[in-house]
Amino acid sequence: MKIAVCIKQVVTREWQLRVNEAKTWIRDQDASFELNEPDAYALEEALRLKEKHGGEVVVVSAGPARAAQVLREALARGADRAIHVEGDGLASADAFVIAGELAAAVRDEKFDLVLAGLQSDDQGFGQVGVVLAEKLGMPSATIIMEVEASPSAGSEQAADGGGSLRVKRELEGGWFQWMTLPLPALLTIQSGINQLRYATLKGIMAAKKKEIRKVSAAGASSPAQKIVGVFFPEKGKKTQMLEGSPAEAAKALVQKLRDEARVIS
Amino acid sequence: MILVIAEQREGTLNRASWEAIAAAQQAGGPVKVALLGSGIDVLAGELAAAEAQEVLAVEGEALGAYTADGYVTALAALIGQEQPERVFFAHTYQTRDFAPALAARLERALITDVTAIKADSGAPVYVRPVFQGKLNADVTAEGPAPHLVTIQIGAYRADGVRRGAAAAPVRKAEVAADASAIRQKPEEPFKEAKQAVDLSQAERIVAVGRGIKGQEHLKLVEDLAAALGAEIAASRPICDAGWLPMDRQIGSSGQTVAPKLYIALGISGAIQHLVGMKGARTIVAINKDAEAPIFEIADFGIAGDLFEVVPAMIAELKK
Repeated sequence: MKIAVCIKQVVTREWQLRVNEAKTWIRDQDASFELNEPDAYALEEALRLKEKHGGEVVVVSAGPARAAQVLREALARGADRAIHVEGDGLASADAFVIAGELAAAVRDEKFDLVLAGLQSDDQGFGQVGVVLAEKLGMPSATIIMEVEASPSAGSEQAADGGGSLRVKRELEGGWFQWMTLPLPALLTIQSGINQLRYATLKGIMAAKKKEIRKVSAAGASSPAQKIVGVFFPEKGKKTQMLEGSPAEAAKALVQKLRDEARVIS
Repeated sequence: MILVIAEQREGTLNRASWEAIAAAQQAGGPVKVALLGSGIDVLAGELAAAEAQEVLAVEGEALGAYTADGYVTALAALIGQEQPERVFFAHTYQTRDFAPALAARLERALITDVTAIKADSGAPVYVRPVFQGKLNADVTAEGPAPHLVTIQIGAYRADGVRRGAAAAPVRKAEVAADASAIRQKPEEPFKEAKQAVDLSQAERIVAVGRGIKGQEHLKLVEDLAAALGAEIAASRPICDAGWLPMDRQIGSSGQTVAPKLYIALGISGAIQHLVGMKGARTIVAINKDAEAPIFEIADFGIAGDLFEVVPAMIAELKK
């Protein structure tokens, strides 16, 4: 199977967010970055499918120059090659723009399967994968927790796009549903679908010889939404913050739970 | 006119559909509600209790079981017929499955996970969380109408829906949806059998998140739970990592609970977690990041290191 995995570089969860002067986005010059977590699960799933069915795993990212970091990491974990759609404005671009860039980058490669994380930890649109499927004319299924692939028999790479997938979708409240869809197809992957592997030293060395093909942003799609301002949410006024040393705060909390909230005896 | 797309599964309306209707009513202007499926007369009748111009029952064989292809085709046709200015959806897993494809097919803006709408001056401004709820963004839709908007679950109150003096008229809407063109072939939904723990009955819950750092530290959480007479639960990443079983997970993909006491340890408070526990009577948050969104809904908060605070709590409880 020839599999593409769409990945995004996002700021780390630990980074203390700072807002830029215009209050329209974060000030990320001094931020640290990592691979978007659901995308890491999508990559892992692609690597497992390749181990089972053969083929190739190609990671694709649309982002500024610094996004090469997560492509390099994906190559170290086992992806075969990478495509980097490079553009400074892509760090905060909307879902239509990103999906447009990804579509232009992967269309001619005739992938059997395209995987993406279900949403990003930064903008959290939850749109890019499904919009990309529509642009590529592929069927899609989202929030996937298990993948059974039946690539078309006889060929390692189903160049004709034959074969099918049976996938387990997560619904709400502990419900699930299996569905079948024909290849080529696009899936968005839920965190926790598998156990992640991390790059080995051997993988890191091997990644240095792997190709990262750079393409310039094509600017094919116009944005469908615009951020006019960002702000920190207001704390609920009722929140009582308990100050002091850990021991003092713990003592005050237990007292309040006993006497004020009366939820413990 | 705002067209609200309601959601049903096997004879039951999704409660979040009422919240989307409330959001549409509060946004101003006429509202229509559409429901897709087969054999949905009764449910369309339920929706007609809302103050609305009409309820559109979109029936079809291709819509019997939900599929993304079936819904995108039917809704693209319906939106073409009805010409709404905006289309509202509840931000459910089902909406997330098809709405982006619908927006792409229509080439119209889709604003997801909206928690509030500001309409004081000109074009509506949609508020949505970014960076896992650590920031809010004010967003405007670009390009021609209709704009598609998904409303975060719990952002509007279902009981805030205005009811009409009389039931709204229900109209059967005909749309062409070719069943043979649907590429997804769904099977019956099911629940994983091994859901052994029913946390919804627990009076007290101690829930743990990423801040616990490693499985070896769970003993500390167990000790606190024992001292409080509480059940242990977790946010999704802890269950994903296999540190606690999946049936201990609280949130949109796990259980929904409303205990007397909910103590969140090292949980930042992403919306997927909050929807599962914000009904708790007393919420305590202990987190080293004072800006963590969990503090917005907490009654009591300690911005500190849980590895220092929790042992002190256990000692205090044993006094």
